[in-house]
Amino acid sequence: MNLRISRRAALLGLGALPLSAPAYAQGAPIKVGVLHSLSGTMAISETALRDTVLMMVESQNSQGGIGGRRLEAVVVDPASNWPLFAEKARELLQVHRVDVSFGCWTSVSRKSVLPVYEELNGLLFYPVQYEGEEESRNIFYTGAAPNQQAIPAVEYLMGPDGGEAKRIVLLGTDYVYPRTTNRILRGFLNSKGITNADIMEEYTPFGHSDWQGIVARVKRFAGEGKKTAIVSTINGDANVPFYRELGNQGIKAEDIPCVAFSVGEEELAGIDTRPLVGHLAAWNYFMSVDSPANRDFVQLWRNYIKNPRRVTNDPMEATLIGFKMWAQAVATAGTTSVDAVRTAMIGQKVAAPSGYESEMKANHHLTKPVMIGEIQADGQFSIVSKTPTAIAAENWSPFIPENANRRRG
Amino acid sequence: MPASLASGDPHGTSSLIRWFLLLLLLAALPARGQDFDSLVPGLAGGFTQQAEAVERLGALGDPRALPLLRALSESRLLRAEGGVRVAPDGPAPSGPEVIRINNRVRVALRGALGRLQLVSPDPAERLAAADGLLRARSAEDIPLLEAALAREAVPRIRAHMELALGAARLGSPDPAVRRAGIAALGGTASPEARAVLLAARGTDEALSADVNAAVAAIDRRLSLRRAAETAFQGLSLGSVLLLAALGLAVTFGVMGVINMAHGEFVMIGAYTTVVVQEALRASPTLAPWSLPLAIPAAFLVTAAIGAAMERGLIRHLYGRPLETLLLTFGVGMVLQQVVRLVFGAQNREVISPPWMQGTLTLPFDITVTQNRAWIILFALAVLAATFAAIRLTRFGLEMRAVVQNRRIAATMGIRTGRVDALTFAFGSGIAGLAGVALSQIDNVSPNLGTSYIIDSFMVVVFGGVGSLLGTLIGAFTLGVVNKLLEPWAGAVLAKVAVLVGIMLFIQRRPKGLFALKGRAAES
Repeated sequence: MNLRISRRAALLGLGALPLSAPAYAQGAPIKVGVLHSLSGTMAISETALRDTVLMMVESQNSQGGIGGRRLEAVVVDPASNWPLFAEKARELLQVHRVDVSFGCWTSVSRKSVLPVYEELNGLLFYPVQYEGEEESRNIFYTGAAPNQQAIPAVEYLMGPDGGEAKRIVLLGTDYVYPRTTNRILRGFLNSKGITNADIMEEYTPFGHSDWQGIVARVKRFAGEGKKTAIVSTINGDANVPFYRELGNQGIKAEDIPCVAFSVGEEELAGIDTRPLVGHLAAWNYFMSVDSPANRDFVQLWRNYIKNPRRVTNDPMEATLIGFKMWAQAVATAGTTSVDAVRTAMIGQKVAAPSGYESEMKANHHLTKPVMIGEIQADGQFSIVSKTPTAIAAENWSPFIPENANRRRG
Repeated sequence: MPASLASGDPHGTSSLIRWFLLLLLLAALPARGQDFDSLVPGLAGGFTQQAEAVERLGALGDPRALPLLRALSESRLLRAEGGVRVAPDGPAPSGPEVIRINNRVRVALRGALGRLQLVSPDPAERLAAADGLLRARSAEDIPLLEAALAREAVPRIRAHMELALGAARLGSPDPAVRRAGIAALGGTASPEARAVLLAARGTDEALSADVNAAVAAIDRRLSLRRAAETAFQGLSLGSVLLLAALGLAVTFGVMGVINMAHGEFVMIGAYTTVVVQEALRASPTLAPWSLPLAIPAAFLVTAAIGAAMERGLIRHLYGRPLETLLLTFGVGMVLQQVVRLVFGAQNREVISPPWMQGTLTLPFDITVTQNRAWIILFALAVLAATFAAIRLTRFGLEMRAVVQNRRIAATMGIRTGRVDALTFAFGSGIAGLAGVALSQIDNVSPNLGTSYIIDSFMVVVFGGVGSLLGTLIGAFTLGVVNKLLEPWAGAVLAKVAVLVGIMLFIQRRPKGLFALKGRAAES
């Protein structure tokens, strides 16, 4: 259905093209900033997001831009260097004067640019699942909040299909997202009767490569007679040696399943996944989703990147949703002025590749379905569980005591 | 069904007879076949239905189930009209007709396959079957395991079957059988047995003293193995440090050149491995040997770059350490950017040969990962080769002569410039070798070197500048200390603690563990 809509929109756009051609020539291009690391430890994940934004810009331009104005992308490389993110954000807003930015993966980079966007009243679309506990009027969060990813994933592990885990290992990279998520998860686990003695929590630096000790300790922790599962918030390329070590030490998903929140199809592309079959990831989209919107998305991506074997993943889908919503909001508002677009954004709906309709709520977060996928031998995910409807984000987690007095909505 | 029959008959005696007849019928009629046929479609159902069908097929013991279950576990079972079919041999099937499973079904499959394969002619299948039953630990398997044990001849499989039998006995309603099971498990040194015992502790109040004693016995045996495994992890980290630092021990330790581009030589060695692997990928005879073949290639490439760098840049700055440091730092950045331009910022995939995957079981059941074991051997081999080159060859003699007294060496007819270039090239080549090894355990990215340069300097300074033995001892000491601290402090803090430790140590002994003595050390 959404296919038909997008075609009709395309036809409308084409029809409007000759009429708006003069405006097209007169109107200055709309500038779209891209703030993703193209080098360093996060390049493994973020490079594909830059390409997704460029693809959407190209596709929008082929439909005549927005309101007759062409789109122009401005790409900068913050190089996985968190203070550099703030400098590059300032450059985008003050030097290039972009109308909107798409960017960041790690929460530490988002925290680094947030004051810049608020000070200069910019607009940032953040496409990655994160720990919540934030709500900025200058940021739209198109990834999942903890209640749309982390908590359902742990519930799955504790349920009959996930193996009824009674002991949980929380492994993460040492920065704000894993630490906050694990704090929320600890609160959640405690509320479900899992005591702190049955929770192991460990952090490693970015780019960590020596996992042998930690994986051996996880094995030992799991050998206490209770079903154990790993919840991984490991980010970036440290995942490659981590999964290699899991495979080498023979940790099978049947014994100790590992559910990851930051590992998608793109991260698995460089690993032999045969020893990892059955380990899990929780997202709001998988490439293996069978929906018309997803087939269009995969086709658009492969045509753009000119490689029939490239994969799509959840943050790419979130980038696409954010971009489409922004384009709709600009069209509704009739201007790229940040304040007008911000108002027009609320309530925007997009038929997402996930097969569900996502809506932007007043808290600047999307409604999303939750999906759990098992890693397959071909590096794809087989979806073993998904929610019947898209759920609204709780960016202020009820499992953090300080949020008790906060108004939710 | 029998209940409804009984209620339909008012006479107790005749109902008993009919009961009996029915039981006979059930045993005699092709009920087994019917059961089998009615269960098979369940394999294509939802996950819960699948798991149930798998469990019941396993309990049925019908050999026809074996190929179906095996195909299901390898995702080669396809949906077919009115049931399922096994995909033909060949490449893995794909598409919507392939039946997907989840972990719950996998667990059920392991138990069911265990039951069906326990008497398989293939030893590997019998081993897997014993392990599957160990995890299923159901009292119903006791007779099955006893029968299989009576026939088993391979000691290793026997040991696994005994474990599984012990675990199965824990589920028996008879306390004597349970006690026998506890004793059998307590006699092993197996972490799995320990886990099974601990799981039983909660449910079995009467025998908890027995369980505790058995667990304590296993713990005593395991403590040695755990110490050995921690030591191995320390040695493994040490070997990585040793490899990264060896080249530096030559260029910095022997020549006194502070080479900040050392990490980039390591990175170029890793990229050489990638290039060699990609070049040989097409050739079926050479592809399995691409990693060993990358060793000389990486050495030559990095040695050539090192020689060019020494002749072109560094020799003009001898005796000016600060300028050398800045220059080599700049060269390092240039090299990094060149690699980024040529190969892209994304990590490159390296292939691990099969003999570097999985674990290796040493005596006393100490398990170590293959890739780490190979790297320890490789590091020691490189160390031995370096030592031999310096101590036993003419080049090494000239090198030492030039280091000790350049002017007298020159008067003896040694071309000191050429020796300098060769020494620097040699040190750089060793860095390239480190890159080959690191490509197997770390990500091959343009940043690979930066994460090792600090560690390398740390090892060389800690071990004593100019001493190969110091580098060896320094690397392994830091590796083991790091791994001993890690469980207590976590990976991040352990590293910090090691750094602080070295700072304090250098305060006390500025020349490191093995300080050079004599005139050479004074200059």
